[in-house]
Amino acid sequence: MSIVGATAAELLARMERGDTNSEEVTTAYLDVIAAHDEDVKAFVHVDREAALDAAREVDRQRQAGEKLGLLAGLPVAVKDIMCTRDVPTTCCSKMLANYVPPYDAHAVTLLRNAGAVLIGKTNMDEFAMGSSTEHSYFGATRNPWDLERAPGGSSGGSAAAVASQMAPLAVGTDTGGSIRQPAGFCGVVGMKPTYGRISRYGLVAFASSLDQIGPFASDTAGAALLLEAMSGYDNRDSTCIDTPVHPYSKTVEEPLAGLKIGVAKEHFVDGLDPEVETAINNALGVYESQGAELREISLPHSKYAVSVYYLIAPSEASSNLARYDGVHYGHRAESFENMIDMFSASRGEGFGHEVKRRVMLGTYALSAGYYDAYYLKALKVRRLIREDFDTAFQDVDVIVSPVSPTPAFKLGAHDDDPLGMYLSDIYTLSANLAGLPGISIPAGMSSDGLPIGLQVLAPPLEEDRVLRAARMFERETNWHTQRAPLAGQSS
Amino acid sequence: MTTELTRDEIQRVAVLARLKLSDAELDSLTSELAQILGHMDQLNELDTEDVEPMVHAIELKNVFRTDEIRESLPRDEALANAPKSDGRYFHVPQILEGS
Repeated sequence: MSIVGATAAELLARMERGDTNSEEVTTAYLDVIAAHDEDVKAFVHVDREAALDAAREVDRQRQAGEKLGLLAGLPVAVKDIMCTRDVPTTCCSKMLANYVPPYDAHAVTLLRNAGAVLIGKTNMDEFAMGSSTEHSYFGATRNPWDLERAPGGSSGGSAAAVASQMAPLAVGTDTGGSIRQPAGFCGVVGMKPTYGRISRYGLVAFASSLDQIGPFASDTAGAALLLEAMSGYDNRDSTCIDTPVHPYSKTVEEPLAGLKIGVAKEHFVDGLDPEVETAINNALGVYESQGAELREISLPHSKYAVSVYYLIAPSEASSNLARYDGVHYGHRAESFENMIDMFSASRGEGFGHEVKRRVMLGTYALSAGYYDAYYLKALKVRRLIREDFDTAFQDVDVIVSPVSPTPAFKLGAHDDDPLGMYLSDIYTLSANLAGLPGISIPAGMSSDGLPIGLQVLAPPLEEDRVLRAARMFERETNWHTQRAPLAGQSS
Repeated sequence: MTTELTRDEIQRVAVLARLKLSDAELDSLTSELAQILGHMDQLNELDTEDVEPMVHAIELKNVFRTDEIRESLPRDEALANAPKSDGRYFHVPQILEGS
């Protein structure tokens, strides 16, 4: 049986039995990258020799009978927004095109400690701002299911890497759906944990009250494994949650008896693609057949999520991105008149249009005269959105919904329509605003042959419930076993 | 629905944001922001008089840690990414007149 296409758990078992080793596994994935990434553009940085050195070191440890970590020998692709020591970390921005961090993000340290082989850095929307990975300074990633379509974003490179079998596991970040939406578009599993479950130390900040790191895999067991490896307290991120990490990978196979599923009537409205709606309804049927109970719930403020998010996230971004001034690191303009002009010219040259749009939007919303009307108003409605969930979760264990209103859209579809792109995030944004864990799993295929995702949300710190509920559906269906045609062979 | 927004106002925001923008960028941002902010006016439907703003998903206060001496980044590593330095300091354009 081939290495490429196997699940993370299968690969670990085969390495453990001695049927293969990390060098062989890593080589197999590097070969897929070499053969097909010119078409997909999932990666922005791959160092073959460094990856193979790391793989051989894990093989040596295994041979020597040393204690191995959770991910021993597994290749993992990492979004290019997480700092990796001595390895370029660009956020796919001209601003950071030459930036090489002198330290590892906490989650990267945990990956290394767990024996993961970092196989490469993945493409993304510049500074994670976007829903299509088209806003990358290095060019768009393409959807492995149809190279003319977007993979979603902002973690489109990580989703496409797993979907095109260039890595069994990948790491992304999710500020408003940037893991779940590309997972849905690319037909893989992607999970956003509770805000604070994984340390943000060394994650380049976009919107600090919303950003969260999370896993991609071809199945829920792989996502559980990667989540478990990256979770845990770190005092370098003061918003990191100090509670023990659940052994997600050990319990993911256990079904949830008497599961009560909330279905929000506000999620089934105009704009929802009929094929997506059908897939979600079919999925609800699968749950019912396993004894789950469906309950209608109401999330009356969900229609305000786009407005709230696109005020809060750009406001935080405008503040966070103030650090790029051409002084300590990043792009500095060649010509300028004085210090202030150096800042402005460097930023004007270093940022792409979507980043400028959001910095401007955020600066406007925070500026004198507009702060109360926009930023403060958004914070108040954020609480109303959170309270909707608190009320709903008194009645149900999880909430099931679409991930996106449509399957993957065409590259360029939203070029002149930023608001249209923002509106496509309607189903994912609320989980970030409320801080909830959520997952996207493959749950159908459109008539055009594009994957359709299903979202499962739960109350804070109930990652285990999210994963087990997702696994209940996955076990009864075959959507997660479908593989995108490899690049170049796509019809 | 669009919000009234002038090009001068966008120019003022660009100064606040320390962004040097081209004329074409100022034009496109004026219409894009007007359209986006116009959508956001839907929030005015809601009475939020008595709602506490929610600034964070987890409402923590005063997260303290012990003040311990730790290794800091060696100077050469801290300066390695600087656009301009002399090996000891970050270099910036002169700020004060004279000298």
